[in-house]
Amino acid sequence: MRTELYFAFRNRKVVGGFAVILAFLLLGLIAPLFTDHGPNDYVGPPAAPPSGEYWFGTTTFGQDIFLQFANGLRSTFLVGLLGGGIAAIVGMTIGFVAGYRGGIVDEALNMLTNIVLVLPALAVLIILHTYIGIKSVPAQALFIGLFSWPWVARAVRAQTLSLRSREFVDLARLSGLRPLTIIRREIAPNMSSYLLLTFILLFGGSVLFAATLDFIGLGPTESISLGLMMNNAVQWSALHLGLWWWFVPPGLGITAIVGALYVMNVGLDEVFNPKLREM
Amino acid sequence: MLTLEAISKVYKVGAFGGRELTAVQEVSFAVGPGEVVSLIGESGSGKSTIGRMVLRLASVTKGRIVFDGTDVSRHTGARLKAYRKKVQGVFQDPFSSYNPIFKADRVLHMIRDSFFPGVSASQWRTKLEESLDAVRLDPGQVLGKYPHQLSGGQLQRLLIARALLLDIELLVADEIISMLDASTRIDVLNLLAELKERGLGILFITHDLSLGHYLSDRSVILRRGEVVEIGPTTEVFANPKHDYTKMLLASVPQLHRKWDMA
Repeated sequence: MRTELYFAFRNRKVVGGFAVILAFLLLGLIAPLFTDHGPNDYVGPPAAPPSGEYWFGTTTFGQDIFLQFANGLRSTFLVGLLGGGIAAIVGMTIGFVAGYRGGIVDEALNMLTNIVLVLPALAVLIILHTYIGIKSVPAQALFIGLFSWPWVARAVRAQTLSLRSREFVDLARLSGLRPLTIIRREIAPNMSSYLLLTFILLFGGSVLFAATLDFIGLGPTESISLGLMMNNAVQWSALHLGLWWWFVPPGLGITAIVGALYVMNVGLDEVFNPKLREM
Repeated sequence: MLTLEAISKVYKVGAFGGRELTAVQEVSFAVGPGEVVSLIGESGSGKSTIGRMVLRLASVTKGRIVFDGTDVSRHTGARLKAYRKKVQGVFQDPFSSYNPIFKADRVLHMIRDSFFPGVSASQWRTKLEESLDAVRLDPGQVLGKYPHQLSGGQLQRLLIARALLLDIELLVADEIISMLDASTRIDVLNLLAELKERGLGILFITHDLSLGHYLSDRSVILRRGEVVEIGPTTEVFANPKHDYTKMLLASVPQLHRKWDMA
């Protein structure tokens, strides 16, 4: 573990990616504390370009874009954390159980995985939204999480299958350990690096998926997010009116966060796999 | 002590488990206290499967495994755990028997956590030293090390010490010296002989006839999941009755004979 930390701190991709994520996270957490206004309050002159008072300018209605951006970052991280977390938990549980148990349990879980895998998630979410209505960010994250776990389950199952046949698993069974304990203490630690990378990819995927949903108008109705900001900008013809400060910050923000996550992912891959390490 | 009564193992293979593959067919033999029984056969003869069934790592399709008068072949939960207090195994590959990311002595602590949660630290210490002493390992040399820092022979002996922590009556030794180099082999073999002297029954699974001959009281020759010959080792080796046994014996390389085109 210590060698991994050492290589992680020496790896420029990991450090750089992590710094970008941390900077955005801190901005999202701290900036809204310095104002009494909500992200959708009308606080300034309409359609003002970036200035000393309104750093990112204002919308057609005089909403502070910097304030929207900072609050939007919060929901972006929340969606990533919750959506990625739910997908990781569901995918890993199903993958571990299917791979370790085998037999009929494996067949059933595999069938479930394949069914969810071939469902067109976007189409299903559009339909779900029209029927149920997704009002809050956590609800959106829940639905995203419930649709993005299948590939995790398949990958974890495959790894578990190969680890299960190792003799140390037999030895743990002979020591009287229960299946769940064996999965937790013998199998999972052998793929901990892979599980971490999986979560990072799921996090980035959830952020992108949420942005897509928000942009086509299926975002949470009661809050603000980066995707929702872009959706508003398009609806009120920001592009034609030349209000570039309305859509550039959220666009850049999403790109930077997801890009930084992926760069970090590549870097961590190098950290965990000695063959990829740069000297 | 241990009696196998016509045990079989049938695997379902192919799509939807349509076809059946019989790995072990109605095998019966017994292992008594202080007795070493060799299970000899080529790859795929089902010898490891029998070992795994005795250890209850593989399910038993048909037949009974009777241990000290009770059929253990369907035991689960607490009763299975009690059985494993008496019967333990050591496997072929010492390096894959240890979880590579943890220290090697973890296998010993696992026994404590699982079977002796109430034992005090000092009592456990004495127990540990006793069993390490029995396999002639120096605690200072093996405790607190990672598997890759120890030799194959040390790892196998550590696994035997692990089994000795429990009051076992039967040890299933599945090819335990096949992956050791020639000089450490004999040490581990002699160690098994000592355990036998202490009254431990050993099911010694091997494909190497000379190893089987060196150690065992009785031999079971397996072929394609069936017993072809069974009897006292000296008899089986001196006077093989079955053609397959004769062929096996003829194919053992001899120390004093060179290869020749014949």
